[in-house]
Amino acid sequence: MRAILLAAFCLFALPAFAEDVTIDNFTFTPAEITVKAGATVTWTNRDDIPHTVTSAAHPPIFRSPALDTNETTSVTFNTPGVYRYFCSLHAHMQGTVIVQ
Amino acid sequence: MAQQNDTPNAGRRAALECMLWAGSGVLWTMVGGIPRSSVLAATPEPTDDFSFAQISDSHLGFSAAPNTDVTGTFQLALAQVQHHAKPALMIHTGDVSHLSRAAQFDTAWQLVSTTGIETHYVPGEHDVLDNDGADFFARFTKGGPKGWYSFDQQGVHFIGLNNVQNLQAGGLGNLGDAQLAWLKQDLEGRAASQPIVVFAHIPLWTVSETWGWGTADSEQALALLRRFGSVTVLNGHIHQVMQKVEGHVAFHTARSTAFPQPAPGTAPSPGPMKSVPAEKLRSMLGVRQVTLVRGQSDLAVVDSVLEG
Repeated sequence: MRAILLAAFCLFALPAFAEDVTIDNFTFTPAEITVKAGATVTWTNRDDIPHTVTSAAHPPIFRSPALDTNETTSVTFNTPGVYRYFCSLHAHMQGTVIVQ
Repeated sequence: MAQQNDTPNAGRRAALECMLWAGSGVLWTMVGGIPRSSVLAATPEPTDDFSFAQISDSHLGFSAAPNTDVTGTFQLALAQVQHHAKPALMIHTGDVSHLSRAAQFDTAWQLVSTTGIETHYVPGEHDVLDNDGADFFARFTKGGPKGWYSFDQQGVHFIGLNNVQNLQAGGLGNLGDAQLAWLKQDLEGRAASQPIVVFAHIPLWTVSETWGWGTADSEQALALLRRFGSVTVLNGHIHQVMQKVEGHVAFHTARSTAFPQPAPGTAPSPGPMKSVPAEKLRSMLGVRQVTLVRGQSDLAVVDSVLEG
């Protein structure tokens, strides 16, 4: 029973199911997450440098203000699809939200 | 006579760092430029030797390791510029503020004003976080409502560029078509012998693609500049001194007055070097003096670390 509980916990801890993304060392972690339609994803900036969460679509579908240290931003994804995003200040920082 | 050098000169840089460590500063002159006779033939000769200062990446409002007093180190930098260099003008290559806040802009403006030195700014990405940079442009780049402009000083043509906006996912810094068209027009009809100084925040050569330390369309700008015999490109953004010479074009990045960043590939991210001890911090911050010597096509660049 204990083993099963542990297994269940691990399943929820898998990055693919997380709905929180952290920004550390100029990196979105996890860089790719999969959520169900209607889910809200929250990004938290743990760097001492501001970052943004900006849709890579033209025009952008979502665009956060600059997040200072420990500030958060959230986006609710209602429509299934693949949503690529980046930091508009440090464009090499990229991530993906897959909505099922 | 063109010298090709595609990588930063690590040996010379090491020597520079070593000498700067002793607080001495060092003067060196770049190889490149057109023959002296061409300079004489076509140019309105610069009227006099003159020097200007470059400061960069003051990040006013930053307050974390390794520097919780960026205002203090900015003041030290300005004092150093005033005391040692006596420049004709000063350029600030961006990231004046850390978060584009009005109070951060105010502090910068007031402290720079106390020096009495005419100062020209270009934006860093930290300066244009709100209103697409309108607040910064209204205050710091009055001659350039989008952050780019040019002016002449004693025969030298200065060009301030904005390469920190409208970045593309996965890409580098960006100038954009409108700015490139303006640059083309700005350079049209100018004598190839007129010394050119270009200043912009993000390097106009690719220092590190992985960290986004370069400008995606810089080649288009450089193509317009190559016919000139003396082009000096001054950048910030990477908080460390690097240089490269490519034909008649010399590239230099400057130290920050706030905090150092790691050399590419030496750390997991380009963020502040948090573990720098307090007693070592000032030796990793600094200012730059650039001197045009009458009759020489190459500008002399002196980087010095903060004292005091």
